[in-house]
Amino acid sequence: MKASVTANWLGNSDLSTPSDIESAALRSDRFRLEREGDWKRLEDIIMRMERNGLRRVDDEELLALPTLYRTAASSLSVARETSLDAATLSYLESLVQRAWFQVYGPRKGFFAWFGEFIFGGWSRAVREIWRDICIALFVMVAGTAVGWLLVLQDQEWFFRLIPSSLAGARQPGASREDLLSTLAVEETAQGLSGFAASLFSNNAGVCILAFALGFAFGIPSLMLLVHNMALIGAMLWLFDEAGLLVEFSAWLSVHGTTELFGILLSGAAGLHIGRSMAFPGSRTVLESATISGRRSAVVMIGVVIMMVVAALLEAFPRQLVAGNESRFLIGGTFLAFWLAYFFLYDPKRAETDE
Amino acid sequence: MSSSATLPNTDGRTRFLVTPEGIAVPMRVAARSARLGAFILDIGILFMVMTALQLFIAFFVIGILFTDVEALGVVESLSVVRLIMMFLLWYGYFLVQELGPRGATLGKRIVGIRVAARNGNRLTPEAVVARNLLRDIEVFYPLIFVFSALVMGVLGEDNSGSIWSALIWFIVFLAFPFFNKDALRAGDVIAGTWVVEAPRTKLAEAMSTQGAAAKGASDVTGARYEFGEAELAVYGEHELQTLERILRQDQPEALSAVHETICNKIGWDPGAGDERAFLEAFYGQLRAKLESDMRFGRRKADKFS
Repeated sequence: MKASVTANWLGNSDLSTPSDIESAALRSDRFRLEREGDWKRLEDIIMRMERNGLRRVDDEELLALPTLYRTAASSLSVARETSLDAATLSYLESLVQRAWFQVYGPRKGFFAWFGEFIFGGWSRAVREIWRDICIALFVMVAGTAVGWLLVLQDQEWFFRLIPSSLAGARQPGASREDLLSTLAVEETAQGLSGFAASLFSNNAGVCILAFALGFAFGIPSLMLLVHNMALIGAMLWLFDEAGLLVEFSAWLSVHGTTELFGILLSGAAGLHIGRSMAFPGSRTVLESATISGRRSAVVMIGVVIMMVVAALLEAFPRQLVAGNESRFLIGGTFLAFWLAYFFLYDPKRAETDE
Repeated sequence: MSSSATLPNTDGRTRFLVTPEGIAVPMRVAARSARLGAFILDIGILFMVMTALQLFIAFFVIGILFTDVEALGVVESLSVVRLIMMFLLWYGYFLVQELGPRGATLGKRIVGIRVAARNGNRLTPEAVVARNLLRDIEVFYPLIFVFSALVMGVLGEDNSGSIWSALIWFIVFLAFPFFNKDALRAGDVIAGTWVVEAPRTKLAEAMSTQGAAAKGASDVTGARYEFGEAELAVYGEHELQTLERILRQDQPEALSAVHETICNKIGWDPGAGDERAFLEAFYGQLRAKLESDMRFGRRKADKFS
């Protein structure tokens, strides 16, 4: 019969085949007893793959896997038409399903995928959402201008935009010296790494929020961008009043070029999802959301990495490095690095995924 | 479980995925209650691990401060380690496990479900990342928001409006899986995934190699049970599989109850003492009849058809 031929061909003839095939009264049970050996062998391989991946499966078994999988699948479709043994049918269904998940499971583990992500996958995903990045950039610039203009017209807006806990000494009417002191460097690095870590979890939270809100057609993402940037606009106005615009920009640019870039990307990623759900084109809404969602998720992992970098920059160089030139130099270098990485770095795709 | 084999989609949860080889693999969408259970388990495990870690670091800090009050640098770097560990735990727990060969977190494995890509595609890392990032806005941000607003409320600030909006947000996402047939949550929609049952069934013994179904005669009394065409015609596939389940479970009370029911139905006199052999013989002959009808394209779903 077919099953024993397969077993011999796979060099596995010693596998225990049930001896009592002839004793089975029903034709469907004989069918089952003849193939049982192959099923059990498949189950054994699958079980080891589920437990510890491919490490415990040797080459011979790996080669046999697709054949065994197809044998089990065709057994299932035959059994559905000829057998009424509910236990065998549900066993086969679960076996075929488990085998299918292993044969068509994730091809790469997290770490292999992460390597591919750093060397090309991330920048490719960022380039793919360039339209949304343009929109988000426009919204951010507009938000800054709005913040500035609002405070320019009415200083009350400053207190509405900026929570008092954040403002500290930075308030309208504060003296030039007070404002300057908020931009000064710290004496030592003591306490700064804890500051960095808390900054990171805070900023990463804001970014994930901006991304996830894209689900509501992207509008809340844009509102979040406007709100955050209006805050910076108000701050810019405040320091400009005191004639400290350059100093403030230098201070901000150290980490801001990385952090604002990250916020820009997460807003764009959220917007990308929202836009593709609102205008799915020729696809269904679900398909469209899925494709854009996966692309945006790649961008978002990158954003989390950017937030780590930004938090480190914010805690150490920004508080320790004085002088406008060196501050601008650090910020500018990072901006140039990100731009080059995203838009110039384009290695060949190693392999296609689907 | 057993009824899904031949009577698919009785509760609307069975789907057939067609693989690239053209084989229909049955998938059952996981019950919403199972998913909730798995989620609660996962959160419970995460919180326990996190609390243990926090306590461990706290003891460390106290110990260090006892020996050297000036060692603030060490304490500070420990707090950084703590924050980073929390972040990695929070996202890594779901990501690494769902990308593993089982496609399920510990909680999902306990309740027997797993993550899969819809439409029979490969489950990709991007998909797993997307579905897990969205969990934060679905559940945790609104909850954190509500709790912090409640705390602020205790401190004397009136913000019932924001509490209500956060609650509505929470409820909308919570109700999301109830408004589509595949029980997708928002993260599943974005990621193109779904959560399906992952049964691990053991192969049971073949029924017709043992007892009266094989030999045609009872081991106990030696009696042969032969059923006529008319007697076998009263039942269909559903009853056959119910009988199979009862024979496999082998509970004496159930066996005698079913024995009596069948005897009454086909007009035999129900005796006692040899129920199992009678039922095995009946099962074997009924299945032989239904399966041979099946080969000719005649199927009888249950006794009413």
